[in-house]
Amino acid sequence: MNEILSKQRVTSEAVLLEVSSPRIANSYLPGQFIMLRIHERGERIPLTVADMDVDVGSISLIFQKVGKSTKELASLRVGDELLDLLGPLGQPSEIRDYGTVVCVGGGIGVAPIYPIARALADKGNCVVSILGARCDELLFWRERMDELSDSFYVTTDDGSCGRAGFVTDQLRDLIDGGLKVDRVIAIGPLVMMSAVSGLTKEYGIETVVSLNPIMVDGTGMCGSCRVTVNGVTRFACVDGPEFNAHEVDFDELFHRHGFYLRQEELSLKRYLEACGK
Amino acid sequence: MMDGVGEKTQVSKQNPGERVRNFREVSLGYSADEALREASRCLSCSNPSCMEGCPVKVDIPGFIKHIKEKDFNKAADRLRESNIFPAVCGRVCPQESQCEIYCVLNKMGAEPVSVGGLERFVGDWLIKNRVDESSSTPPSTCGRVAVIGSGPAGLSCASELIKNDYSVVVFESLHEPGGVLSYGIPEFRLPKGVVDSEIDYLESLGVEFRLNVLVGRTVSFSDLWRDFDAIFIGSGAGLPYFLGIPGENLNGVYSANEFLTRVNLMNAYLFPEFDTPVRVGSKVAVVGGGNVAMDSARVALRLGASEVHVVYRRSREELPARREEVVNAKGEGVLFDYLTNPVEFLGDGEGNVSGLGCVKMELGEPDSSGRRSPVAVEGSDFVLDFDTVIVAVGQGPNPLLPSLVSGLDLTRRGNIKAGRDGRTSLERVYAGGDIVTGAATVISAMAAGKRAAQSICEDLKS
Repeated sequence: MNEILSKQRVTSEAVLLEVSSPRIANSYLPGQFIMLRIHERGERIPLTVADMDVDVGSISLIFQKVGKSTKELASLRVGDELLDLLGPLGQPSEIRDYGTVVCVGGGIGVAPIYPIARALADKGNCVVSILGARCDELLFWRERMDELSDSFYVTTDDGSCGRAGFVTDQLRDLIDGGLKVDRVIAIGPLVMMSAVSGLTKEYGIETVVSLNPIMVDGTGMCGSCRVTVNGVTRFACVDGPEFNAHEVDFDELFHRHGFYLRQEELSLKRYLEACGK
Repeated sequence: MMDGVGEKTQVSKQNPGERVRNFREVSLGYSADEALREASRCLSCSNPSCMEGCPVKVDIPGFIKHIKEKDFNKAADRLRESNIFPAVCGRVCPQESQCEIYCVLNKMGAEPVSVGGLERFVGDWLIKNRVDESSSTPPSTCGRVAVIGSGPAGLSCASELIKNDYSVVVFESLHEPGGVLSYGIPEFRLPKGVVDSEIDYLESLGVEFRLNVLVGRTVSFSDLWRDFDAIFIGSGAGLPYFLGIPGENLNGVYSANEFLTRVNLMNAYLFPEFDTPVRVGSKVAVVGGGNVAMDSARVALRLGASEVHVVYRRSREELPARREEVVNAKGEGVLFDYLTNPVEFLGDGEGNVSGLGCVKMELGEPDSSGRRSPVAVEGSDFVLDFDTVIVAVGQGPNPLLPSLVSGLDLTRRGNIKAGRDGRTSLERVYAGGDIVTGAATVISAMAAGKRAAQSICEDLKS
């Protein structure tokens, strides 16, 4: 069960695992996520699904090696099995013919935005994509995104690829340049999603963000992933992960994201020591 | 005190100073000698009243009689005729309000027979001495049934069905079976080993468990409806209620579900050996007065909190928790702030909870539950300092599955409408346990699962 079929280095910080799961491949829809546990002592971690292959019966997961669990996950080899894999979870993305949709993918957020952008393009939308990263070597899936998009832009913080600056600089220029945007979907680091949300609010453009708060079960039982949307507490795992960006309380999310920082550092330190690093 | 009956045999417990530093079981259970002594207190009434309140109608005098005869095997058989999980129920049932309360000794001014203590003794004896009854899966003769949820209702339903020669597949969304027995009730009250043994037993009878399957997402309900002859829904009350007051999403505010799931299911008390963390500060409040609140408070102490308060809006008399658990909690040093109602979570300016704004309450007229309803005392606002708050004010039905099944009648609160027999508005679909009644006890869910299984047998045979 849950065998790793292939593994690729996506960037210096990110890895792609193709995992066998016919059940999930069959029922997955863009925007949904999975929960996995590597071994008996492992935590349950949520990851968005970047792609799937119904014929092979597999899903592709792309993740950044940031903490203990993701580094451990990245150390697995082809042929290894994940102990637990649950999904697909969460509400699927709303795929309709909106007109012109700008898909903004920041950093690792390119992975989850890809299947959504593809579905939007298939539905007949004019898809404008903006990918952003700190630098050139952290960008991935440029060709894939370019191929499905009607127009395609890249920004990097240091200017090593595409435009020097943030995704919001590009987005603002497009809007100011007269592009009529019917909807924006932004997935990436919280600070990026918050900035996009702030920008599109100025222009009154409907915007959706996909949230990835701390979760335990991922099925609506614990409330760890609660987020305030339009003044009401919602659970990102079952009510989301996508929400109307303009209604999301980002400040609260920032705080909640850091609650286990010290524990995460301790866990990582112990892991690296055990690995002899 | 009545002559001849003698005093109730006290069960040994880990002493409070010791047990607040570990997660091992608090109650050590009766030894065989103690069980014999306690069983000898049973008068074997010709018209026993002790069974009246038991949801599954355990033959209490019957199994106790076999203990007296030192035939623990027969005692186990007698118990298991009506209750598949004696080792679980002996530990977590509210005996004081279901069986022991009706014991004739009460009326004679003596303490009732410890039915729970004896049931646990027999259950534990059975786990240690159980012989594998069937090594191979019995071929299905009567049909295939899907059971959704592996908590008490689902397990009980599955057990009854497999004994009636149905093939049973249990679907569970978490990575471990057991439902609330696994994620909710702490190790020191219900050791995982006990739950595992009971589930192993069901597997040995031929029940198939499919873990990590969320029905409605991983597989559709209509697929199950097509592939199985009947479906039992026992998806439980897993949706945590919050207070709905300002500041509830500050860091350090947990639902009891999250707090207990981290500790029980994910073993966060063993962090960093296990990867899932949990954080408690030095001063912890648990809001609520039920068993889940007691569990949360006692877990917080064991995780190293220096002061744990149960904050409850009514008074001691209205506490819905089992008396024994309240006594245990107090013995361990949990403090109780009665007639205290939180109206606001206060923050430290950096997103962390720092206290509770509260009002004093007084008791007014009885409400629909029969308990005197608390009324706020005007101008009684005050602040309590806490760095962790655990909200344990109840759970609602898991909304996902009911919302995805068309034609399934629900109550206003989102519970599935089902009769006592477990039948729902949909043909071949049955439901029972907390998803129907709202959060209740393990044993009432087990009773509902069993009754639904009996309905399934009747309906599929006709």
